[in-house]
Parts: sequence; C-alpha cells; structure tokens
Amino acid sequence: MRPLTEAETRAVFEKLGKYIGENIQLLVDRPDGTYCFRLHRDRVYYVSEKLLKGAVSIPRDSLVALGTCFGKFTKTQKFRLSVTALDFLAPYAKYKVWVKPGSEQSFLYGNHVLKSGLGRITENTAQYQGVVVYSMADIPLGFGVAAKSTQDCRKVDPMAIVVFHQADVGEYVRSENTLT
Amino acid sequence: MAFLPSEPPDLHVIHQRIKSNMEVLQDFKVKREEGRTRQEYLALLRRDMAAYYSYSDFLLKMLMDIFPLPELINFLEANEVPRPVTIRTNTLKTRRRDLAQALINRGVNLDPLGKWSKTGLVIYDSSVPIGATPEYLAGHYMLQGASSLLPVMALAPQENERILDMCCAPGGKTSYIAQLMKNTGMILANDSNAERLRSVVGNLHRLGVTNAVVSNCDGRQFPKILGGFDRVLLDAPCSGTGVISKDPAIKTNKDEKDILRCAHLQKELLLSAIDSVNATSETGGYIVYCTCSVTVEENEWVVDYALKKRNVRLVATGLDFGKEGFTRFKDRRFHPSLKTTRRFYPHTHNMDGFFIAKLKKFSNSIPKPQKDEEPAAEAANPSTGPEAVMEPQPKKKKLEGSKIAQAQKKLQPALKSGQSLKGQRRPLKAVRPSPHKSHAQVPNRKKQRVKQNGQ
Repeated sequence: MRPLTEAETRAVFEKLGKYIGENIQLLVDRPDGTYCFRLHRDRVYYVSEKLLKGAVSIPRDSLVALGTCFGKFTKTQKFRLSVTALDFLAPYAKYKVWVKPGSEQSFLYGNHVLKSGLGRITENTAQYQGVVVYSMADIPLGFGVAAKSTQDCRKVDPMAIVVFHQADVGEYVRSENTLT
Repeated sequence: MAFLPSEPPDLHVIHQRIKSNMEVLQDFKVKREEGRTRQEYLALLRRDMAAYYSYSDFLLKMLMDIFPLPELINFLEANEVPRPVTIRTNTLKTRRRDLAQALINRGVNLDPLGKWSKTGLVIYDSSVPIGATPEYLAGHYMLQGASSLLPVMALAPQENERILDMCCAPGGKTSYIAQLMKNTGMILANDSNAERLRSVVGNLHRLGVTNAVVSNCDGRQFPKILGGFDRVLLDAPCSGTGVISKDPAIKTNKDEKDILRCAHLQKELLLSAIDSVNATSETGGYIVYCTCSVTVEENEWVVDYALKKRNVRLVATGLDFGKEGFTRFKDRRFHPSLKTTRRFYPHTHNMDGFFIAKLKKFSNSIPKPQKDEEPAAEAANPSTGPEAVMEPQPKKKKLEGSKIAQAQKKLQPALKSGQSLKGQRRPLKAVRPSPHKSHAQVPNRKKQRVKQNGQ
C-alpha cells in the first residue's frame, strides 16, 4: 500500500474528470475528514485517513481491500474505473442518462444502451462524454460513454447505440471474482 | 408390536414404528411391553429415526442428548423444510418502506420479519430472482438469514468504534455492523479463506460500506496483528448442525472428530478474540461469540472454557427471545451464568439453529494457567477423551501436545482398571443423570459409571 505517484494521480484524476468534471475537488476536500487515494496491488482505493491508520499494521500480503476500490491500473499503466466507484461517481455526475424500465435488465447484463431504451438524457451531452446511467427510479446502475451527442440522439433510429457500456452493477453478480 | 426384526426399509413402516415407540416412551410405565428396557426402546427408536431421516448414528445420538424426544422429532422435521428467505434492508442506501414498495412493484410478496427487527423482510414468493433485482445490485438489501441478524444486534456496535469481525465471509454481518455504525469508525473484516473474501469485498462495495478494511489472516494470530478493539464479533467456523436444512450433507458427514476439531479451533479463536479487545474501552469491551451449530461441545463448552481462561464474564445478549443456554449437560457442569446465552432452533423460532453468547471483558490481564490443575481438568471434561481424538491435528503447539500425552497416559490405565478413575474425573455425585438424559448414555460409559460407583 502506497500513495499514488504523480503520473498515477494524473491518470486517475483524468479518468474521474470524464464523469464528474471539476467535482473531483469535492472528493478530495471533504468536510468529514481527510480522504486520500492509496495504491495496493495495482488497485486504487479511496480511503479516509482514519481508516488508513488502522490498516497500516496489517501485513501487505494479507490486506485484501480497504475503503472503496475505485479501479485498477492495467499492465500498460492505464487506469480503469470499476463499478465499485459508482457510489462516488453518481452523486457528482455531470451528465446522466436514464434508461427505461424495459431495458434496465439489458444494461445490467452488460449491453450497450440503445435508443429504444433511452428514457432521458442530460441536455448538451457531447459525443464520447462519460455518463452515469440511472434507472427511471433514479437508482444508479452503472456508467459508460455517450456514443452520440444529445442532438444526434433525437435523430437516430431506435436500434442505434446511444451509450457505450463500461461498467454496471450486474458485475457484482456476473464477475464477483474479478471485481477487486 | 414394536420389535419386528429389521426388514427391507419400508419408510412407512418405520414411521409408524417411530410414532408408536415415541408414545410408549412418553408414558413408559404404563405402555411398555413387559421385559423390554428403556434402553432397548431407545436404541430401536434411534435406529429408526436415523433410517427415516437419514442421519448418521453419531449425530442422532448427539441430538438425542440435546433435545427431549418430542422436541427432537420437531427438530428433525424442521430440518426437512427450508427456512423462509429473508432480506435485510441496507439503511445506508434506502429505507425499509421504500424498499418494500419497490419490491412489491416487481411482484414480490413480502412482510416485515418480526417485531424485533426494524430492517428485516420475509419473502414469501417472488416472480423475479430475488438475488438479481436492480435493487439488489444497487445494494439496497442483502440476502441474509434471520438468525444472522441476531449476533450483530447482540453486539450492538456504536458509532466511531473499532470493531473486529473475525470470520466475516460472506459479509452479511459485517455490512450490518457498518450500517448500525452509519459508516463511521472502523471495521476490520477478517477471514482465513481468501476465496470467500471475494464475496465479502463484492458485498461491502455493493452495499456502500466505506469504513471496512478486509484482511486475510488466521484469526488465531489476532492480537499480534492488531488489537485494542472496542468490540469483536466471532462467528466461529462450526460443524453447521443448525443449518441442516440448508446443507443436508451435514446429516451424514460429521463425526465426533469433526465436532471436537471445531470445538478446539473455536476455543483458540475465542481466546484470541478476547485478547484483541480493549477492556478499558469507554463504550465497548464486548465480545459476541456465535455459531450456527446446536451442539454443546461447540457452544457452552467453548464459552465455559473462555470464562475459566480469561477475565471475562457473560452479560445479557439484549435479545428477548430464544432459549437459555445449558448450564448442565450430561456429566458436564458449566458456569451458572451460561444461562444468559441464547440458543435459537429451527423448530421453535423458524430460523437457522444458532447460539449467541455476549461476553464483557473486565480486565486486560491474562490470568496465569494453574499448572497442575490443567491436564486433570482437560481429561475430566470430555466424556470420551477428545484429546485422544484430536491429537493428530497438525497445528497443535508442542507444549500442549506434551500436556495431552500426559493426560492420555493418565487416562488410559484409568480406563483399563478403573482404579485411578476417581482422581481423574469430576466428583461423581454430580454425574447422577436425570431420568430424561439417562437414555442417551452409551453402554460402555454406563459400565464405567458402575465401576466408579463400586469404588
């Protein structure tokens, strides 16, 4: 377990910025104590300072996880957000997409969101903008990347993809073993 | 009527015979057949029940010691039907009323669990898989047996405390603790099985628990790694005799060795759990010990052992239902305060069989073991000398091993001659069994007693 290096921090923040923009500030400066990012076995954990102090005496080999896992660094040093970060993306998300109840299930099975399943979308979402996907009952379901801008979404045919799937909460069941 | 020679197993006939024998045994003086002893009746009944419910002879014998006959039948019957599916609302993310409404909209038929729980819901039937609804995936609830809510309620964690969950997989109780602490303080969720920890990590993230550290250590190393906790929950690994309805394999694949091996591990774990607690903690200093087993060896015996070895006392669990723990069982006498422990049974409470004890640590010092008393006490405790059985266990410490060897040496001549038995065993006055329990005695133990009485 160690703090992130300069390059790693940049990679993480760059990725987070795609979904929550300047709201990253709110993740780092919190009123309820200091929170920080720690790297452990290529995973990035977001953890409060207090918890961190408690965890230092656990041997590295037997430490499995602490706080919230945000994602992991791939072998080529790219940062990949995992669905476990959703709890911290959803409240701060700038661009959102709501899916209709009928296509909730399809998204939770790991499929892209089609135009036919699109309930609402934030105004002026740009193409390839990171978005958080919600159900119509405002339950966060996952996140992805807008395949079309809001303008284009109006025109495309019902079977066209509007959001590329990146992560969804179905992974908690589908791929529990590779999650963290 | 009752004593047909063993025929090809016809379940209906066996069932009839169980019934009629039960009747006889309830009112033995009047209904018995001349010349048949209670022992014979009981042996037959046990054989029949073992065949009818397909239990191993050993397990059934043990259950007969725990339950009186009519209750035993209820227990066996209850093990044949599954317990109701229950879920716990994750109050970190939602409220029970909202969750219930959302699930009803999905075609789930449910009800609040009971007056004692503010977060539990019982699922009667459902048109969707309850473990894969969007609400489940979003972490609004956890699938969890009703009985596993109880130890956490007994633990009663407070906000901003440091809590250790020693055997946490699959994380149901851990997340309940986090929920009661409102994600403050720190929970160390430990389990010795790395495979099972994956589900812990998944569940904690799904339920939005942020105050947990997950570690993969042997629980027995605990005060060494990290100590000074306010509260410790020890949900010890056990033989699982309380959850037979979940896993019918337990009926046949457990024998005495397994039980005693569990009991031994549980004692070690409980001592390290107690050592990891800070007795001077302002708010805490509590240990909750629980198992999903109904055997006395894994429950009262373990707690009684801890009471002798450490500066702890039993306190009320804060649960107003459940049966009191045993203070006496066969030839064993436990500390009277074991009354405050709680037992839960499938047939009386419609939840998995469970045992919960809450201990309060009142001093951080560890009482020194009295040397000469030790081996004698160990030898006197178990009825059939479990040390002999447990010896091949690899993890035994050397010192203990030698102690056991001593104890065995002493024990063996005792069994042969019966001469030195008096010194080894506990005073005999206490052993006089109540008529109720006498039927459970094994013939050769009976002999020993006769010898002893002759002394």
